[in-house]
Amino acid sequence: MDKLKLLTIICLLFLLKTTNSYSLIEVDITRGNLNPLPVAVSPLFQDNKSKNEFQRELNLDDLGSEISKVVENNLKQSGLFNPLSKDAFLQKPDIAHLKPRFEDWALIKAQALITGKVSIDNGKLKVEFRLWDVLAGREMLALAFTTVPNNWRRVGHIITDKVYERLTGEKGYFDTRIIYVSEEGLKTQRVKKLAIMDQDGFNTKYLTLGNELVLTPRFNPTNQMVTYLSYFRNLPRVYLLDIETGIQEVVGDFPGMTFAPRFSPDGKKIIMSFAKDGKSDIYVMDLENRIVEQITNHPSIDTSPSYSPDGKYITFNSDRSGYQQIYVMKSDGSNVKRISFGNGLYGTPVWSPRGDLIAFTKLHKGKFFIGVMRTDGKGERLLTENFYQEAPSWSPNGRVLIFYRETKTNEKGEGFSAKLWSIDLTGYNERLVETQTDASDPSWSSLLSN
Amino acid sequence: MHKSLFISSGFHLGIILLSILTLPFISKPIDVPPLISVELIQIADFTNIPYAPKAKKIIEKNKKKNEKLASDQAPPKKIKKEENKEVNLDKKNEIIKELAAKKTPTPEKKLKKVKKEKLESIAMPDKKKEKVQLEEEKKQKPSKEIKKDKDLKKITTLKKPNIKDVKVKQVSEFEKKELFDPNNIAALIDKSMEDFGETNKKKNKISQSQDSSMDNSKLTLSEEDALKAQIFGCWSVPLGLPYNENLLVRIKLKLKPDGTLIKTEILDHARMNMPGQGFFKVLAESALRAVQLCQPLRVPTSGYERWKDLQLNFDAREMLGG
Repeated sequence: MDKLKLLTIICLLFLLKTTNSYSLIEVDITRGNLNPLPVAVSPLFQDNKSKNEFQRELNLDDLGSEISKVVENNLKQSGLFNPLSKDAFLQKPDIAHLKPRFEDWALIKAQALITGKVSIDNGKLKVEFRLWDVLAGREMLALAFTTVPNNWRRVGHIITDKVYERLTGEKGYFDTRIIYVSEEGLKTQRVKKLAIMDQDGFNTKYLTLGNELVLTPRFNPTNQMVTYLSYFRNLPRVYLLDIETGIQEVVGDFPGMTFAPRFSPDGKKIIMSFAKDGKSDIYVMDLENRIVEQITNHPSIDTSPSYSPDGKYITFNSDRSGYQQIYVMKSDGSNVKRISFGNGLYGTPVWSPRGDLIAFTKLHKGKFFIGVMRTDGKGERLLTENFYQEAPSWSPNGRVLIFYRETKTNEKGEGFSAKLWSIDLTGYNERLVETQTDASDPSWSSLLSN
Repeated sequence: MHKSLFISSGFHLGIILLSILTLPFISKPIDVPPLISVELIQIADFTNIPYAPKAKKIIEKNKKKNEKLASDQAPPKKIKKEENKEVNLDKKNEIIKELAAKKTPTPEKKLKKVKKEKLESIAMPDKKKEKVQLEEEKKQKPSKEIKKDKDLKKITTLKKPNIKDVKVKQVSEFEKKELFDPNNIAALIDKSMEDFGETNKKKNKISQSQDSSMDNSKLTLSEEDALKAQIFGCWSVPLGLPYNENLLVRIKLKLKPDGTLIKTEILDHARMNMPGQGFFKVLAESALRAVQLCQPLRVPTSGYERWKDLQLNFDAREMLGG
């Protein structure tokens, strides 16, 4: 019996040796492409009953199509997606929403597909949508919202945020608003008003009447409060405005000029500059107990402070070295360290919401640059160059910067304009942000729906 | 006692003699050849990587040039036999005219020959044809006997035509014929092809015999490069991934012989639903999309058993962090 066992073992060993065994071949893929992902945004399906309701309430023939256009436009603006032309679609929206024929969508080179349905129920707008992986032939995401019909554009933005997050791995920035200074009139007699709009340029509202000069509005990262600089009795002061209620108040009682305000990441403090006796220092005011604390004390001009997302550090610009440069210090004012060492002047540093980069404006050889550098000052990258541009503000996901750009006037002083522009971190996706009037000093809000 | 001593010494002597005669190193110093280390690198017979556009253009240009040269100098046998005769005749006429006009110094014999031919060709074209054919046949026969070295020299001289000598060469058509015979070249090419075929066969035999000794667990450099290049183009890297995290996703593929997918499997599937690893799902899905989009994959045409199971390691760190 033992002999038989031994024989079988020997036979098995022999078999193992003689059969060709191949170990698994591994191939390392370390590169990919950064081409925009082809996406098909099918118009959201609506039934006839809902269609009539939408027409009556919103004066829109095809709300589903309008929402899909919002989504499409957002995806296109991001530079990461390439929405395909609807003319190429082979499947009708209603059937596509139930079960897409993936072969048809793959045929037009779509890699992702968005389908949906809109209906009205008891006066409420109900929107459901699905995101499909065309190549894998499966559903990636399915969500439904109920809101008031007038909110239909926001629904489009929320859908985009969800799709963006699912496909890129980071939060979107589409359901956000931008506050800016609206400018009208001749360059010497500009009427400046605070204005707010959706990030895609729609739903513009004016918050001030234009009687006083307003500058540098900044959003509170946690709520709908805004801080800005306004001239009251020819004295520049930092103000606080609640967008929901319209109530505004002066921040602190400083015996001089306060400017360049910005909220702390928790929204509980305002950091700003206070100028007195030819020098300016950085101060922080707690909004709850109104206690003011001086952060820097140097006989130079320290201004444009901005907190890191964790609130532990502050970046600001100062001319303490003889030229305007960017510095980083601890939030209590200690350990001040210069981080910009390139040629030219550096200003308006803004810490990224991701915490890894600081955006800035640079003036070098008569040209203005918007750029980013790491928080230790290394890895400086200039994203865009122009005659005059400044005031970068981060999108809430830290992927895009919005800033304003002014054009040159001719000899007669004509042709001046100020427009908002956006650029992403790659530096390739630069786009004009449409505004009703000339615009400057933009500030991006955080996501409205979290 | 003495007898045994003699026997013993006799045996000993015999053994010593045997060893001297049979063992070579005793008589001759050992000639050990120096060791040459040979590293075996797996390279496919044909590269799968497409030429760079510039290089491709240059190669195509060269090819065209070569074709032109070949068509000018070595027209194929069957079709151009008769045509060539006529063309040659025309050319010859021109050449003769030129010669007459320019009075270039050419061997008299050749001129006479040409004149003879010319006259004959006008008067009796059929006879001329026969004659030319005969001439060609004559030239073909010795050409077969020409040694390779000579032929190669001729080819090299043909490949590098001296621009200054072009006119002279055009003039001395017969010289050209003597130096260069299209049939000869064809024979050479055929021979070289045969040789190549033989070497190929030999190589194949060797490679097959060496197959077991070679490392089968890898693709060759060009095979791997071709596959990588294909997937690079298909993989849209999600830009929002946190670049300071582990961005490696391993996907195991089961393939058909034509490179299409039978099955895909994410190896670290557990990470998909782990808290704080949401980005991994996005990354893994992007990798799967790339594989789906790329299929059929550019896999080697042979050795299916070797690569029917394949593992792709997608690493986005270099793209996002670097």
